[in-house]
Amino acid sequence: MVDNNKESTSTVRVKSMIEKNRQKQSFRSIGEKAVPNLLLGIAMISILTTIGIVFVLISETFEFFNRVSIVEFFTGTVLRPLSQDPKFGILPLINGTIISSVIAMVVAGPIGMMTAIYLSEYASDKARRVLKPVLELLAGIPTIVYGFFAFTFVTPFLRQFIPEMSATNILAPGLVMGVMIIPMIASLSEDAMNSVPNAMREGALALGSTKLEVTFKVIIPAAFSGIVAAFVLGISRAVGETMIVAIASGSSKNFTFDITQSMQTMTAYVVEVAGGDASRGSTIYYSLYAVAMTLFVFTLLMNILARYIARRFREEY
Amino acid sequence: MATHMTSERIQKRMKRRVALNKGLSGVFLLATTFGVFVLGVLFYQIITEGIPYINLDFLTGKLSTNAERAGIMGAILGTLWLMAVVIPVTIILGVGTAIYNELYAKQGKLQTIIQTNIANLSGVPSIVYGILGMTIFANLLNLGSVVLAGGLTMSLLVLPIVIVSSQEALRAVPSYLSEASIGLGATKWQTIKNIILPAALPGILTGSILALSRAIGETAPLVVLGIPALLLPFPGGLFDRFTVLPMQIYYWTLDASLVEEYQFLASATIIVLLVMLFILNGTAIVIRNKFQRRY
Repeated sequence: MVDNNKESTSTVRVKSMIEKNRQKQSFRSIGEKAVPNLLLGIAMISILTTIGIVFVLISETFEFFNRVSIVEFFTGTVLRPLSQDPKFGILPLINGTIISSVIAMVVAGPIGMMTAIYLSEYASDKARRVLKPVLELLAGIPTIVYGFFAFTFVTPFLRQFIPEMSATNILAPGLVMGVMIIPMIASLSEDAMNSVPNAMREGALALGSTKLEVTFKVIIPAAFSGIVAAFVLGISRAVGETMIVAIASGSSKNFTFDITQSMQTMTAYVVEVAGGDASRGSTIYYSLYAVAMTLFVFTLLMNILARYIARRFREEY
Repeated sequence: MATHMTSERIQKRMKRRVALNKGLSGVFLLATTFGVFVLGVLFYQIITEGIPYINLDFLTGKLSTNAERAGIMGAILGTLWLMAVVIPVTIILGVGTAIYNELYAKQGKLQTIIQTNIANLSGVPSIVYGILGMTIFANLLNLGSVVLAGGLTMSLLVLPIVIVSSQEALRAVPSYLSEASIGLGATKWQTIKNIILPAALPGILTGSILALSRAIGETAPLVVLGIPALLLPFPGGLFDRFTVLPMQIYYWTLDASLVEEYQFLASATIIVLLVMLFILNGTAIVIRNKFQRRY
């Protein structure tokens, strides 16, 4: 009897333990099912962000084109949003954006490329260990600091040589923007050149080429798609750069090609209008969205193009 | 011997080729050091201008229209408040998205869409995020230009960085670790929580810190959001209006053409901002070197 009792209590115990375990497991399996859904919800936030950007830009731009004709906007060379007889032509802004980006790429293209060549083909391990962190440092400096530098150092410096240069001009921020983009072009191009297999390098060297010939006749052609993609991303970065031009290139909306004078880029226009007191609902307020939309579409296309080039024209070894 | 290539000509050509190689390698080195040179000039200017203005009163004082008495405590606190929003939001959203993409999502359309979308988002200019933040957070939700609106805007801006670096960290965890865990009877979530995440933590932290330093250096989205140049009281909560160090630099730089002293105040503020960034990045490097285990 006593033994029996003992046994029954222990069975009860085992049973209850199994029961408990089951409960725990079912609790667990609820968790197992809930977690992926929860994470999916979180992952959707980034998609929601894109939808938000596109929706906001499109709906407000639509309102803008109700007030200003789309043809006038894209073909107008006069931009004077604040005058009695406001005109909203975006061409002065596009002109300023293109000119500042070209200046930046004239600096960043060759220097970034040569830096990549040096780091990938010539530098000793020791030199690379010192130089790469410095370039990363250059890439990590906030753009506002570059803007300050362009405005308070580069412009006064250039004015010693070009006295007729105005205190805000497109040249200084363009040059500084170039310096800012060097690390990006250098590291992306270096990645592309590094991924060319060593066998090709050694093969060319064994045939008696100098390092220079190896670089220009073997490595660069093989890494060409990656290098082009790096340049396209650099341009996209220059087009979207804001604070350097907002500080150092002024707010003149003249349609001009004189790089010693003030010009406004699309980004700087957004900063000026949004930072000012454009009352919500005014045409000038909506022009913000039309300009931002143009900027968004342009940089998006460049980024897609860069990815397409990198993938489509990659040489496989 | 009328052939084109005499050994003499080959010798000559060779000399030229070797000389060209040597000469251009010098040019390449020079180009590489150009960035270093500019960095040196930049630091020299900022330090010589700014250091004399850095003292306890400047660091702990309130903003003032009087350049002599102006302090940046408000901007420092604002930057810290901004970090207080950005850190939890980006880590939850960024790591969550990374776990889903890397470990749960089935190879297929949805995963491709999410990945492409993240790649596209990382190329969107920061000022466009500012417009999104102004329209949605400040106007639509009627928050105004408060800490929460600024923090959420910045979080969305740096989210792609956190996602991409977290995904890389998760991918680097070798599969035998998770296979062993599953083999011992652990469920998928238990494996992720107890095995994969701890192993990927250093990589995730490094990426998050780098994203954070991007967030506290950004200016453009906050200008669009409408952070004023006014003398604001110190921010004390999520719904207070605020300013941050980069905004202070921006306004003082703009005013430098009126009063020269503002330029030196801007330099001093840049030093404070750069010191903060160096501390953050230094931490990231230490974490990367100390805790990164190679499998």
